[in-house]
Amino acid sequence: MSKNDLNTPDEYVFVRKIHYGRYLAVALIILLLGIIVRAFVVGKIAWAVVGEYLFDRDIMAGIVNSMILTVFVMVVGVMLAVTVALMAGSKNPVLRYTARGYMFVFRSVPILLQLLIWYNLALIFPQITIPFVVSVSTTQVLTPFVAALLAFGIAQGAYTTEVIRSGLLSVGRGQVEAAASIGMTYSQSLYRIIIPQAMRVIVPPLGNETIGMVKYTSLASVIQYREIIYSAQSIYFASGRVIEMLMVCAFWYALVIGILSIVQGYIERYYNRSSRGSAAGEADL
Amino acid sequence: MKPIIEISKVRKAFGTVEALKGVSCDIAEGEVVCILGPSGSGKSTLLRCINQLERPTSGIVRVGGEIIGYREQANHLYALSNRQLAAQRSKIGMVFQQFNLFPHMTVLENVIEGPVRVKKELRAASIQSALQFLERVGLADKANAYPSQLSGGQQQRVAIARALAMKPSVMLFDEPTSALDPELVGEVLLVMKELARSGLTMVIVTHEIAFAREAANRIIFMDGGAIVEAGKTGDLLGNPKNPRTREFLAAVRH
Ligand SMILES: Nc1ncnc2c1ncn2[C@@H]1O[C@H](COP(=O)(O)OP(=O)(O)O)[C@@H](O)[C@H]1O
Ligand SMILES: [Mg+2]
Repeated sequence: MSKNDLNTPDEYVFVRKIHYGRYLAVALIILLLGIIVRAFVVGKIAWAVVGEYLFDRDIMAGIVNSMILTVFVMVVGVMLAVTVALMAGSKNPVLRYTARGYMFVFRSVPILLQLLIWYNLALIFPQITIPFVVSVSTTQVLTPFVAALLAFGIAQGAYTTEVIRSGLLSVGRGQVEAAASIGMTYSQSLYRIIIPQAMRVIVPPLGNETIGMVKYTSLASVIQYREIIYSAQSIYFASGRVIEMLMVCAFWYALVIGILSIVQGYIERYYNRSSRGSAAGEADL
Repeated sequence: MKPIIEISKVRKAFGTVEALKGVSCDIAEGEVVCILGPSGSGKSTLLRCINQLERPTSGIVRVGGEIIGYREQANHLYALSNRQLAAQRSKIGMVFQQFNLFPHMTVLENVIEGPVRVKKELRAASIQSALQFLERVGLADKANAYPSQLSGGQQQRVAIARALAMKPSVMLFDEPTSALDPELVGEVLLVMKELARSGLTMVIVTHEIAFAREAANRIIFMDGGAIVEAGKTGDLLGNPKNPRTREFLAAVRH
């Protein structure tokens, strides 16, 4: 038999492999979703009430308060974390151990407990006194907002320190030396050289922590801070529409966090801009 | 001729390791000096003591008559603040083995960073002169590229332009071609030879004997944290006196 008797590629019909497992998985997922949706539709939940309260004034004020608290907490947390991360990298042992101690204490005590302690600080210190300047009662200063800000901000700082620190360490010594060799001071190289490069490492976990904090602020409802869950509870204590109000909260959390995730994606892309492939980079010369 | 760099009795210890065991030498203005020596002999440490990336354990370094890192007053040396030390460093250029370009900045931004942030020059003027320095190292067309888009040789030439942009009175080079693929070494050495001809004071740690022969006025040979032999390029390379120098030269030539 000569070689010419074999079929050429055009004479064959290619038959694709069938992924039975995938079809089965998809069918199961659709079935499960169907069961869940049906359960919620026929279950004892008045969707009309959910719709009615979705844009309720107190609910909207609640979600806005949740976000305000998140923003302030993250600002306090990041400022603390940058300071403590620099302390942790210091040559001075007192600064280093202080940093370690802070991180240990505030990461080992549960956040809800820290919140309750800050809110009840008046039991230990009834008055806050700055000699010759001012003396006020502690309960006046530690409003629910201030107590939540301190509790979450200081605890968040302890977690974020690790993130900032690994970011700073990701920038090689050579960068600091190059900056020093052109006459930059350490603080100049920190702002111009180290932090911009560290951001690539810092932004993804910091984004996750911000998103986590949006959810953690719900704990502040236990100290009467008027965030969204507190508003929902106030409404359902009066109306009895418990599950409907909880659904309203779930909707707003999902919406806010979805938006934050998109923003995070843009920020990450911004800090990665210098590592784009050469073809893309050459084009915008 | 008055020396522009004066190194006197510089010692540097890292823990128990004595990287420099009391090194003294002067470098005249406009001189091109190559430092040769085996790995671990203290060449980098000596260079880094000149701009105080390492603070000498004892001894002093003067550049342009000023003691680096200290203020002199009635027989006392007071350690300078970070800002004052940074100002002194701005007059001493340095080129590193690993280039150390700022990867988040374009080539042009790398070169104007020092003039704009340290010397507070106007941005427009800095860009003008930065482009001239890039022209000089043959990379004006890469001004808007990022370092990651350049070859090693191109990156090192940008690093040279970045150092030149500060208009330093001396330039230090620490094995500027050791991290490069062999075919890229030539372009960097070419730029350095051109600089040497222009009258810039240069101190170069290198293993490129052929380059040293062509560009250097004087050669310093180091071993074990000390200067073993120093002399005019032709004399030292053609007729080394010290057996260790001879041994080293024989080894790198083959
Ligand atoms: N930062 C440092 N910490 C500890 N030892 C160091 C440090 N830098 C250099 N050394 C040591 O000092 C000696 C000289 O090093 P170096 O100046 O880098 O030599 P060379 O540049 O000639 O190869 C070596 O033994 C090296 O291990
Ligand atoms: Mg070295």
